[in-house]
Amino acid sequence: MPPRLNEAVEKRTFAVLVNNEPGVLARVVGLFSARGYNIESLTVAETDVEAHVSRITIVTSGTPLILEQIRAQLERMVSVRGVQDVTLDPLGIERELALIKVRGKGDDRAEALRLADIFRAKVIDTSHESFVFELTGASSKIDQFVALMRPIGLVELSRTGVLSLTRGLG
Amino acid sequence: MTTQTATDTKTQIQAQPEILTGAQILVRALVDQGVDTLFGYPGGAVLPIYDALYDEPRLRHVLVRHEQGATHAAEGYARSTGKPGVVLVTSGPGATNAVTGIVDALMDSIPLVVITGQVATHLIGSDAFQEADTVGITRSCTKHNYLVKRVEDLARVVHEAFHIATSGRPGPVVIDIPKDVQFLPGPYVGPEAARPTFSYNPRTRGDQAKIAEAVELIAAARRPIFYTGGGIINAGPKASEALRELAHLTGAPVTSTLMGLGAFPAADPQWLGMLGMHGSFEANNAMHDCDVMVCLGARFDDRITGRLDAFSPGSKKIHVDIDPSSINKNVLVDLGIVGDVGSVMRDMLAAWKAKGHEGADLTAWRAQIETWRARNGFAYRKDPKIIKPQYAIERLYALTKDRDTYISTEVGQHQMWAAQFYRFEEPNRWMTSGGLGTMGYGLPAAVGAQMAHPDSLVIDIAGEASVQMTMQEFSTAVQFDLPIKIFILNNEWMGMVRQWQQLLHGERYSHSYSESLPDFVKLAEAMGGVGIRASTPDELDAKIMQMIDTRRPVLFDCRVAKAENCFPMIPSGRAHNDMLLGDSGVDLDSAIDDEGKMLV
Repeated sequence: MPPRLNEAVEKRTFAVLVNNEPGVLARVVGLFSARGYNIESLTVAETDVEAHVSRITIVTSGTPLILEQIRAQLERMVSVRGVQDVTLDPLGIERELALIKVRGKGDDRAEALRLADIFRAKVIDTSHESFVFELTGASSKIDQFVALMRPIGLVELSRTGVLSLTRGLG
Repeated sequence: MTTQTATDTKTQIQAQPEILTGAQILVRALVDQGVDTLFGYPGGAVLPIYDALYDEPRLRHVLVRHEQGATHAAEGYARSTGKPGVVLVTSGPGATNAVTGIVDALMDSIPLVVITGQVATHLIGSDAFQEADTVGITRSCTKHNYLVKRVEDLARVVHEAFHIATSGRPGPVVIDIPKDVQFLPGPYVGPEAARPTFSYNPRTRGDQAKIAEAVELIAAARRPIFYTGGGIINAGPKASEALRELAHLTGAPVTSTLMGLGAFPAADPQWLGMLGMHGSFEANNAMHDCDVMVCLGARFDDRITGRLDAFSPGSKKIHVDIDPSSINKNVLVDLGIVGDVGSVMRDMLAAWKAKGHEGADLTAWRAQIETWRARNGFAYRKDPKIIKPQYAIERLYALTKDRDTYISTEVGQHQMWAAQFYRFEEPNRWMTSGGLGTMGYGLPAAVGAQMAHPDSLVIDIAGEASVQMTMQEFSTAVQFDLPIKIFILNNEWMGMVRQWQQLLHGERYSHSYSESLPDFVKLAEAMGGVGIRASTPDELDAKIMQMIDTRRPVLFDCRVAKAENCFPMIPSGRAHNDMLLGDSGVDLDSAIDDEGKMLV
């Protein structure tokens, strides 16, 4: 038997393609809560109107065995058409969008703008004492930007959660 | 009408679907799905459906006394026939009362189609009279569920529901139909025209390379064992035949879960008896010491495995299951094969024969098993004056085994004694609530089985506590002239609760005594059935014969020893080779450690 019982917890992103029908999000989320799985982020929207397909991207965590269970549990749901493991797929791409409100005057204001420039964040609103930045990228990039803004004067933060796709046509 | 116009009309019908009301569409779809019996209870939100049933002679409707009874009766019908059970209940309380049976069917993988009425679409969400969020409530306890808001979707949904309930790993499907949809006209399409369009397509054929690998493992094994489950029953009688052939060809012994009893004949010398918490000494020890374990249609439930880190430590494990999520869920296996267990076993047989395997010499393994068998783990002390519950089932078995018999049970000690002492030779003869452990299952399940097999002997082996949970369905049996036999092992205790309180809680018997019991004989008579009581061993046989010969519903009050415990037992948190035996003389209080006490 493979000695896999004490493996470490990993983060994993699954893209779940589902029939776009009433209650389908509740089914998927209900599975996670009923079986005690984590949801770190979740995004959902209809992606193919013709085919009635919605794409749910879920970032979860668990031991490899639990992750295998999560995938199997998702795949057997009648409303689920397919599950992609974006993290394990070498062609997987993950992106997130964040809106970040920062307070600042004088030097802090200049520093915030300078950092935003480095991270290629867009300024989408400004007042004499604040900015709202729009930032797209890997979640870790957003985490890092937020960490830098916190001492300057982070006011509020809104994130979409992870979106995913695979590269190429394969 | 001339011949010409009649042909024209027919062509027109083929080209354009027939227009019926929603209620008529449902009834027609049930008939087209081959349904002959439904179990239900009318109410405001299903009145149009009941109206459509009023002049539909092809559907027999069994009026239950409580919706939970309808679901269990449908389960009994399904398990004794292999066909899906159908339930029809109203909105709100009708649907919520059905939930216990729906969960029961989910846990035991029983195909059910449950039709619930719903308030009219424009009232949904308004807290209308008898409104409940049925799809929300049943989402996590069904294989799939539907709220049908458009009559145009109804026929397709009903056909799809039957397909989902019966294919892959079977389970319950709920169809919630608002009352206005039942009145509205819409097109009817038959099962063929309503093929599901989505990707639901469970795998039935196993991976051939893995099957070949499994066969090599079995052929080389010195201590192989087949650990079989309810999946084999669900896979149909042919799967049971394949199991028999596979066992005889390989020579490996066979044990089964509670759910799988009957798939392999108890009379066969390779049969080890049930395994698990109250399983046989030889089955559990063989599971612990085997070198190759072949799990066929079972799911490594906690009642089976005992302590996980000590579960069959030295074996290679092969797991065949139609549900990919069952594999590596509780126990890591070396070889997981996803597929219909009957199909996989037939492929195994073919691979075995193609290779010309003869199997390893199992003489030493058989001899070892015989030493465990000789330990006689089910032994109990007989008493000349008091009926021991084990003795009651032994006698019931002896007096009914040559008849066409179906057995259901409630949940508790009597259920385990039934599994230990009643011996099954065929599949689909045994109906018990395994996964959910629903007290009150057996009486309505017997109603369902008797509806399907009107001339057979259908017996619910019951406890006096369980049977009171769905006692009212005895009236259903009386109304529909169903001669079910309710064989109550009456020890005046919730026996399994009492046993655990004795073992785990220092004999503090908190609220487990069955106070104020009814006089079951008078109760049977008051409800229009027959009551029989047996109090001593010497009158037991004659009373059982009297029960069998009565062509009416019978409540049999079998007064048994009050404090008998169910053995053998793997105490919670212990391993398979660490069983408590009835005569082991250990201090029961210390049998379970603190960690074990946390488990159920």
